Amino acid sequence: MFKFLSGFGSYWMLLGKVFSKPEKHSIYYKQTMKELISLGLRSIGIVTIISFFMGAVITLQTAYNTENPIYPTYLIGLGARDSILLEFSSTIVALILAGKVGSNIASEIGTMRVTEQIDALELMGVNSASYIILPKVIATVIFNPFLTLISIITGIMGGWIIGTSAGVITSQEYVYGIQYAFIPYYITYAIIKTIVFAFIITTVSSHQGYYVEGGSLEVGRASTKAVVYSSISILLFNVILTQLLLS
Amino acid sequence: MISAEHISKSFGDREVLKDISAVFEPGKTNLIIGKSGSGKTVFLKCLVGLLEVDEGTIRYDDIMFTGLDFRGKKEIRKEMGMLFQGSALFDSMTVEENIRFPLDMFTSMSSEEKLDRVNFCLKRVNIVNSNSLFPSELSGGMKKRVAIARAISLNPRFLFCDEPNSGLDPKTSIVIDELIGEITVEMNMTTIVNTHDMNSVMENGEKIIFIEEGEKCWEGNKNEILKSDCRLLNEFVFANALARQLKDSSK
Repeated sequence: MFKFLSGFGSYWMLLGKVFSKPEKHSIYYKQTMKELISLGLRSIGIVTIISFFMGAVITLQTAYNTENPIYPTYLIGLGARDSILLEFSSTIVALILAGKVGSNIASEIGTMRVTEQIDALELMGVNSASYIILPKVIATVIFNPFLTLISIITGIMGGWIIGTSAGVITSQEYVYGIQYAFIPYYITYAIIKTIVFAFIITTVSSHQGYYVEGGSLEVGRASTKAVVYSSISILLFNVILTQLLLS
Repeated sequence: MISAEHISKSFGDREVLKDISAVFEPGKTNLIIGKSGSGKTVFLKCLVGLLEVDEGTIRYDDIMFTGLDFRGKKEIRKEMGMLFQGSALFDSMTVEENIRFPLDMFTSMSSEEKLDRVNFCLKRVNIVNSNSLFPSELSGGMKKRVAIARAISLNPRFLFCDEPNSGLDPKTSIVIDELIGEITVEMNMTTIVNTHDMNSVMENGEKIIFIEEGEKCWEGNKNEILKSDCRLLNEFVFANALARQLKDSSK
């Protein structure tokens, strides 16, 4: 319990350092651009591939579970759309990114710690927490909503392509289904969740990396902890946000 | 000038530094020597403020460094340069970007001026045509020299070196020692070097402090070190057979 409270306290203290006034805006801007590429653009591939196949599987599973003739076939498209919008593209993609981006952040910062690069920054008079972490937070909070939108589009396309290829639904029915009773607020809901999850992934993983002590073994452990803690926090906040935003 | 008075530091129950006082003079290479685990690095990190002291005070000229907040320390740190044991070059940056980083952060120099300064620093440490290389592409000796170039890029008044010869062959070690000595005189810096390398001691030891088990046991210079009566110091200095033979033959 003491360990948990101590970790929680150090997390908030680190956030205090991260969100203090940047030393030189131009350098932070450059760093943010680098992080946009590293953490954002380089995640497009995995998000697209996973979303396509998950969309396809959701469509096929919905189709095989609604074979009863009393259900209209367009419900397959509607079910796929809502599953993708409400849960898959925000929460599941966030869990995948917690693995990819979270471990990357924790190991990068952890390595900087054990190789004294963070000490070197501090010695120069640079606020190391802000310089290293703030651009990552900004980059993911800005870019992850785009990843969610990409995921929604490719997920729905995956469902359409595989659903029609497998013959479980016609193109017209699928398109009708994804348009039927559409609630635009669901997109806002997904984006809000994505922003919160992006913040969690980046800050929790950075916290794990920033306070590493020891060598490569500890960096590896920090990387694993970053994924585990980020994932648990995402699941917890998923429940809280769903209750707050959809009730 | 840097003065440390009655510095003590503990980690839990383990007392690492015990009431150490020392004065480090400008224009000189001041050495802190002692065996591994004696507390040299902790002392150096206390001096630069990377570790907070439990007791005692540290002054940079007339400014009380201990007790300053981050902003207060930041002003003094702009006048510090440090060579870390593992060089601590930023992996994601090239040699040029590493040296330019402090200039980008703390000066309003133009791009041309920064490049000139980077090239001057690189030339000073005898590295040419390596601007675009990454740290992973450099040898151990080159990394140390690039780290020195980064440390001096802002014309610091205080230079700290933690084990500058670790992992280097004897010839490269001498090159690094000479470089530190020359730069110290040229820039009239107060240089503090942590080392357990006796070649460094005999090369650069204008002022030497010997630490054993967290306590200062001896203070002097390279001429006095061979004639000292301090038993612990003699055990350290004449640890190897060759040094003992030389001492016996000189008697």
